[in-house]
Amino acid sequence: MCQACGCSLKADVVREELDHQRGRTTVVDVLQDLLAANDRVAAHNREHFDEHGVLAINLMSSPGAGKTALLEATIATLRDRYRIAVIEGDLETDNDAVRIRALGVPALQITTGTACHLDAQLVHRALHDLPLSGLDLLFIENVGNLVCPASFDLGQHRNVTLLSVTEGDDKPEKYPVMFRASDLVVLSKADLLGVLDDFDPGRAAAALRALGRDTPMIQTAARRIPALAPWLNWLEEQLAERRAVVPAELA
Amino acid sequence: MHELSVCQALLRQVTDIAMERGCRVVEHITIEAGPLSGVEPVLLASAFEILRASSFATAQALLSIESPAVIIRCTSCSMESPTTPNRLVCPLCGEFRTRVVAGDELRLRRVELREPQSPNGKTLCAKLVVAA
Repeated sequence: MCQACGCSLKADVVREELDHQRGRTTVVDVLQDLLAANDRVAAHNREHFDEHGVLAINLMSSPGAGKTALLEATIATLRDRYRIAVIEGDLETDNDAVRIRALGVPALQITTGTACHLDAQLVHRALHDLPLSGLDLLFIENVGNLVCPASFDLGQHRNVTLLSVTEGDDKPEKYPVMFRASDLVVLSKADLLGVLDDFDPGRAAAALRALGRDTPMIQTAARRIPALAPWLNWLEEQLAERRAVVPAELA
Repeated sequence: MHELSVCQALLRQVTDIAMERGCRVVEHITIEAGPLSGVEPVLLASAFEILRASSFATAQALLSIESPAVIIRCTSCSMESPTTPNRLVCPLCGEFRTRVVAGDELRLRRVELREPQSPNGKTLCAKLVVAA
């Protein structure tokens, strides 16, 4: 009798039937990127940006490195020349979006709850509430975290990572995935370098170079507008580059 | 702990593959997660233990994670060298412009699926299928 359910089949028949029911194992070789679904949505976001000629910049750093302060200073300087919008990512509160809106620029807050990073789907949803037409520049301020955001493409054109000089100059060595993904590294709060004896910009640059990239590294101090010049120049270069590329891509 | 998100994406991908092939049970999943992928294999394995029960197809599945060593190829002298995630400069000529040829993978490599139906398409005994 069948031991599993008590039906009247003999044990060997049951075993045979079990083998049939177990069936054979099918091996499927896949070799597909694990984040393929995220990357598809990211590509879709990028298409949206390109259709509207918007340069999208993903801003990443550890919490408190000064992403929002850099954005405030940037907006205050550039808002008469470029139309700017910001997507803010935080676990809780819309404090950062409120700060940006106070400067007269549209800002949309994504609160991720417990999620430690933004993903392409979250940004895509935000884009439904953020008109892109007429925009030149979209900043996506990621959740403060030097680990998780590096793995998720959002559809941005450039990744910018802030490293504040109040952190260690060995951060690129400790977080290689994040710094390798960066197109620009900004040493923020650089006006404090004079009073800090344990942060050596040369060491930070060497650690960055050891990651096998010639990623540029610049210094900023968001509280002093003249100190923003290298950052603003870089932004203008990217905007010009974007403008040169987009019409060709759309043609 | 973005490994939870990565694991959700993995399980969705795997159940889609099983459904496409009309298989209801996933036995074994093999993925590659290199040290430069940004995913920690131990954390991903923990996430998998929690999340695999979210669907019948994957509830009993095993996960194998392969972590290929980091290998770089120098753009100047063409030498290939094994290295660590934060030392991606050519050890032979010192060139920093190198290409990562292994160690940054984050991909689903293989899925082993079980077809639980008997050849005549009939199910003999529902409890047997569950027991199997």
